[in-house]
This record gives sequence, C-alpha cells and structure tokens, in this order.
Amino acid sequence: MRRRSRLRVVANEAVGPYALVRVERGDIDPGIPGQFFMLEAPGRLLPRPMSLCEAPAGELAFLLEAIGPGTRALAAVEPGEEIHVFGPLGNGFRLDVEKPLLVGGGIGVAPFPYLSQQLGGPPAILGFRSDWHAEAAALVPNAQVVVEPTLVTELLPKGHDVLACGPEPMLEAVRELVPDAQLAWEAPMACGYGACYGCAVEIDGVLQRLCVAGPVLEAA
Amino acid sequence: MIFNASGCLDALEAPEVARALDVFVTKTVTPQPREGNRPVRIAETEAGMLNSIGLENPGIEALFADKLPQLAQLGAPLWVSVGGFAASDYAELCAALDDRPEVAAIELNLSCPNVEEAPESASEIVHAARRETRKTLYAKLSPAAADLQDTARAVQAAGADGLTLVNTMRGLALDDTTLQPRLGRETGGYSGPGLKPIALAAVYQCYRATGMPIVGMGGISTGRDALEFLAAGAASIALGTILFSDPDAPGRVRRELADELASRGLSTAEAATGLAHSQGPVSVA
Repeated sequence: MRRRSRLRVVANEAVGPYALVRVERGDIDPGIPGQFFMLEAPGRLLPRPMSLCEAPAGELAFLLEAIGPGTRALAAVEPGEEIHVFGPLGNGFRLDVEKPLLVGGGIGVAPFPYLSQQLGGPPAILGFRSDWHAEAAALVPNAQVVVEPTLVTELLPKGHDVLACGPEPMLEAVRELVPDAQLAWEAPMACGYGACYGCAVEIDGVLQRLCVAGPVLEAA
Repeated sequence: MIFNASGCLDALEAPEVARALDVFVTKTVTPQPREGNRPVRIAETEAGMLNSIGLENPGIEALFADKLPQLAQLGAPLWVSVGGFAASDYAELCAALDDRPEVAAIELNLSCPNVEEAPESASEIVHAARRETRKTLYAKLSPAAADLQDTARAVQAAGADGLTLVNTMRGLALDDTTLQPRLGRETGGYSGPGLKPIALAAVYQCYRATGMPIVGMGGISTGRDALEFLAAGAASIALGTILFSDPDAPGRVRRELADELASRGLSTAEAATGLAHSQGPVSVA
C-alpha cells in the first residue's frame, strides 16, 4: 500500500561518486525490489523517482547520482533533515526466477542490493565507467565488475534469468542477447502515480506511462 | 469546492485522491484516440514546469466503453473535458455526452498550447457546443490572450454557463549544456507557482467582465492560494501541478482554506468570492 510520509534523514554516505541517503522507514512499505519512490528534492517543485537500494530494519536507503538540480539537492541532504517520500510505486521485478543473474550499469546498480537480498545473493555482473564509480559494486554481493571499455554484455553467460537495470543502450543490448530478460527502465516523471502522463515511453510500439506500466518490463 | 485541473489526475489510477475532491474533471477527450506527443514531455523550471503531453487520450468511444462506468463509481460529480480541432469536433462530443446521466458538466478545452488550434473562435465553438447539449457548459480559456475579457464576454453570449481559468501558457526550457529545447516538441505548457499571478489577474478581470461562475486555477498549492482565487472572483478552485508532488493536496488545501476562512470570520467559501473587488461582488449582467 503506497503512502506519502515525511521521513527523517539518518545518514548520507558517499559511495564512490554516488550518495547513499538513508531515511527512517516510518510507515512506508519497502515494496518489491524494482519498485520506486518519489523523493522530495528540497527546494525543487517536483519530487524525483528513485528505486529502493536497501531496506535495513527501520530504514529505507536510496542510492543516487547528482546529475541535475533535483538529484544535487537530494545528494546534499543532511542527517536530521526531513523529506517527503511517496511509495512504493510501479511494478517491481518478478522474483519467481530459477537461475537469477543481475546485470547492471552505472547508477543502475541502485535497486540491486535489495533485489540481491530478496533473491538470496545471486551472481551479478556490473559495469562502470571508472574505478571510482565501481566502488558502488561493494553494495552487491557476488558481483563481477567490469570497467569501460569492457561492457557487461561481453561477459553475459547463457542460461540465466536476467534482471537488468542500467542506461538505455545497455538495456537494449541485453534485450538483444536475452529476449526474456526483465529490464528496469527510466524516464523523467513529475508524479510517479499516473497523473501527469509525462513519463511516456514506447512499449510494444505504443506510448505508455512508465510509472504504471513499469518501470520493470519484460523484454520481448 | 475543490476540483482537479483537467489532465492532472487519473482517477482510476488514484481513486483515493479523486475521492478527496468535490468534482473530478477528466483528462481532455477528443473524438478519435490520440497517442500524444513523443517524449521528452515534461521539464521542471525554476518556478514551475512545462508539459507537452499533447492531449493523449483513448477517444470518446473508449471513454464510454471503459472509463465512464468506472469513473461514475467514484461518487464525486464528474465533469468531462472535451477538445478538438474544429468546432464540429466539440459539437460532436457534446452531443454524445448530452444523454449520459453520469456526466454533471462539460468543460470545453479551448486553449491547449500543445496541439493545433481549431480555426474557429472560442465563441463560435461554444455556440456550436451549446446547440448540442443542455448540460452545464464551462469554457476553459488561455491567459495568453490579450483580449481575454472580450473572449469571456463572447463565450458568455454564446451560451457558456461558466469559465475555467486558466489553462497553461506556452513556454520553453533549454538544456543547460546543449542549449537545445528540453522537450521533444520544443515548447510546452507552463504551470505551477509562476503561473499564479497571471491566473489571478485572469480570474479577477473575467469576474468583473462577466460575473460568471469561475473555476480558478494556476499555481494553487496552499489554502492561502485558494483563498486568493476566491477573492479574485472564483466560485471554486482546482489543483493541478501540486497534485504531482503532493497527492494529499486536496485534503490539505481544504483544511488550510477552512482555517483561512475562519480566521477572517467567513462562514463559507461563497462568502469569500469576489472580495478583492473593492466595490464588492459584481452582479450578473
């Protein structure tokens, strides 16, 4: 059951170039890995969509990369500040898989710590643009790390149930190799709950709202 | 009464939000289905946001077949927003809606900045719509028109029962690095707090010009904002962009407005309507 609550920030930790923001869980349901939450970005008009990274007892943790005004504001929150959190939203990963393999790129690693925990620590292949960015791989057990120019798709073994999150070119490449992969996509969103129609992406040849149809979609 | 601004809430995805409103207004429906504009469709700016959704909607037949029966279950009075590319589109939609008992009123979207406009004037469209329906008919106007008061008087003469003020205004946002338009369709409709003074002026002027009932909107995010729209002349207010960041806004704004009214010794929202006009509320001409 989604709800919106004002939650206290308990920590903001640097993980390579990323920020791992921990907030008190309050009455918010952590949901299914791959679902997302709208996080108030202090001083900005609109909240920002973030998947849940970790769900330790009493907390919710979000991994984010400061790439614009909203994520910069979020990456700068300090312990003791309070922000509104709304969720969980959208459709997460399907967890009834026999031989899971997590495939991620860059900040796409964000939902994997929680996903890995729920799946019992499956193998993961994670790609980053630098060794500094690759420090985030420490959050994911059983991870094999590659750094550009090596790409995750060069190491992809056959015969796995792939769950992937990362930049669009990586997801497209994974889809080519593993037609039945579960892919977590991204789009700019104003609301996260189907109200604004801003996050439309082309799915099966038609534009659909990613927030309600995804963000995790089965390839094919 | 608190409405949603058309296109700012999907009642079937968020019925709990719709039930907190006094009236639910649908996203604009057109005769044929529309896929809407290609992404990117939204961009946050310093004091508001731009959207270029482009009237994405399933078309009137799918509205009747799939959505209207479910929307009728919500309990809140239902207004249907209609749009088109010629006066005949509006007339066709109003004729189709006229005998639907679940529809309380029709709002004519005469001012979407994200699609091609009908060649006819607002009053010609209202006139064509009026011929086809006995239902309550509101005309939604753009604040961008220099002759907004004249337009308001003209749609009143053409048979509109009220005004919805305001729609978004065309705006542009450029990418920090590339200096290219951030939206796929380049320009979009500007909404949010930056629109509020412009919207207030539109409500103020049109109330004075026509005395018609007005649903006021444009950057309302608090009870204080709502009170100002009432004072400017609105009979009701609508929430738009604030619903994106705060789905609990209907209940919150309602409580805040009640506090604002009580602190001024006003017993009802009606008592606040038109207070900004120094000569008092204008009687209907």
